[in-house]
Amino acid sequence: MLVKRPTGLLQKLYFIEIFSGLYMTMKQFFIGKKVTIQFPEERREYSNRFRGQHYIKSVNGVENCTACMLCPTVCPAECIHIVAGERPDKEKYPVKFEIDVLRCCFCGMCEEACPKDAIKLSNIYEMSLRERRVYDKEFLMEQRGSK
Amino acid sequence: MSFEATWMAVKLGLVLVALLQVVPIMLWVERRGSALMQNRLGPNRIGPLGLFHAICDSVKFIFKEDAVPAHVDKFYYLLAPMISVIPSFMTIAVIPFASSISIGGQVVNFQIADLNVGVLYIFAIASLGVYGIIMGGWASNNKYAILGSVRSSAQMISYELSMGLSIVGILMTFSSVKLGDIARMQGEVLLQLGPLAIPKWGIFIQPIGFLIFTTAVFAETNRLPFDLPEGESEIVAGYHLEYGSMKFALFMMAEYLNMTVGAALISTLYFGGWQMLPGMSYLLDALNLSVVAKDWARIVFEATSFTMKTLFFLWFFVWVRWTLPRFRFDQLMHLGWKGMFPLALLNILITGILIYLGVL
Repeated sequence: MLVKRPTGLLQKLYFIEIFSGLYMTMKQFFIGKKVTIQFPEERREYSNRFRGQHYIKSVNGVENCTACMLCPTVCPAECIHIVAGERPDKEKYPVKFEIDVLRCCFCGMCEEACPKDAIKLSNIYEMSLRERRVYDKEFLMEQRGSK
Repeated sequence: MSFEATWMAVKLGLVLVALLQVVPIMLWVERRGSALMQNRLGPNRIGPLGLFHAICDSVKFIFKEDAVPAHVDKFYYLLAPMISVIPSFMTIAVIPFASSISIGGQVVNFQIADLNVGVLYIFAIASLGVYGIIMGGWASNNKYAILGSVRSSAQMISYELSMGLSIVGILMTFSSVKLGDIARMQGEVLLQLGPLAIPKWGIFIQPIGFLIFTTAVFAETNRLPFDLPEGESEIVAGYHLEYGSMKFALFMMAEYLNMTVGAALISTLYFGGWQMLPGMSYLLDALNLSVVAKDWARIVFEATSFTMKTLFFLWFFVWVRWTLPRFRFDQLMHLGWKGMFPLALLNILITGILIYLGVL
């Protein structure tokens, strides 16, 4: 919408406005607080709810996951692939647990669906890769956070 | 080699080297200055304070592939960057950067050429720079590029008028067009207020002329707020859209060299040129040097004063660039034809009346 702003003679002469503008930039130049985060040395602090790189929570080196298949069911990107197996003590466990991370949209629904608090999204956001990578179970078992 | 030829070579070398150094330094100032004004830090990785980023730039420009697009008019396309950079080098020739010194009875003027047409030569040569821009836009065979160069030609022609008229006041007061004479005469005292002597600098006798001239210089060098020829957000990059590698660097160099000449011209016409900054003459007397050494110290002080004035105006270009937004084209024409042109004429009238009354 076109808003008609009142302009007096002083505004039309530009000069006073220009000088107040110049004063403003100079003030920022000298005393303005700089907001740059110098990345490799400094890092941005994200909230704990940030959804980053995945991991499977484990207790005493045994994954919490029982291969109940809730996460691949709920996953909208269909990027989780689980092959279930049986331990000697008749407990169900994932033989293979793979996340195709290029398909993953980091929605966090797997985390919400998990009844055993197994799959988690950590705070790590530096995940750039040179080739297509599928996160396998061994990689996911690394504990990347304390969620 | 004769005495004169030797000194000419020394002066040429000095000015050329100094002029070429301005480009990387201004690149650095532009980047870091703009960053600090926008509450960022700017490039600070290579070298102390990021000073060597400019070196990396030039290395990159030199080693980049020298691609010529298939749809351009090759001859004019390659000619345009040269045409735009050469006038920028030529114009510095008549600007005095210190007064004169006599060595063994022969006088050395610290000015490459003291032409009797002086400042008119600068205008004549500087207006050739527009050919490079028009050629670049036309030969690129690109809609955005031609829009940029059409804008630029209209803008430069409009503002050249008020630029030329704005200095008429100065030329009337000093009754000379030789820049050496103008700089020398600005050393005279205009007003004596007790111990404080106000010199006859152009800014004090021609304040309106100074404002018009500075604004026109901004427009002539295509700097913000008048950088419509390249307006990134509207026409991508304007006339140098199709240029890459060193050819683009030449356009960039031409812009910064034009700025340097503009700043030098502002300080010569309106801020006393090589006239020493306040306090410097006391310092010179306080040093207690022998006659010859004092003469040389005077030259050094004058050259320093000139450099500092010029650097201040170069900084002013950067400062204004990151303060003001770009004008719309109709606003630009409005300001040029309805604002500055009549004001420049009025300035000439007032100056004429004041000279007739004997005030100036």
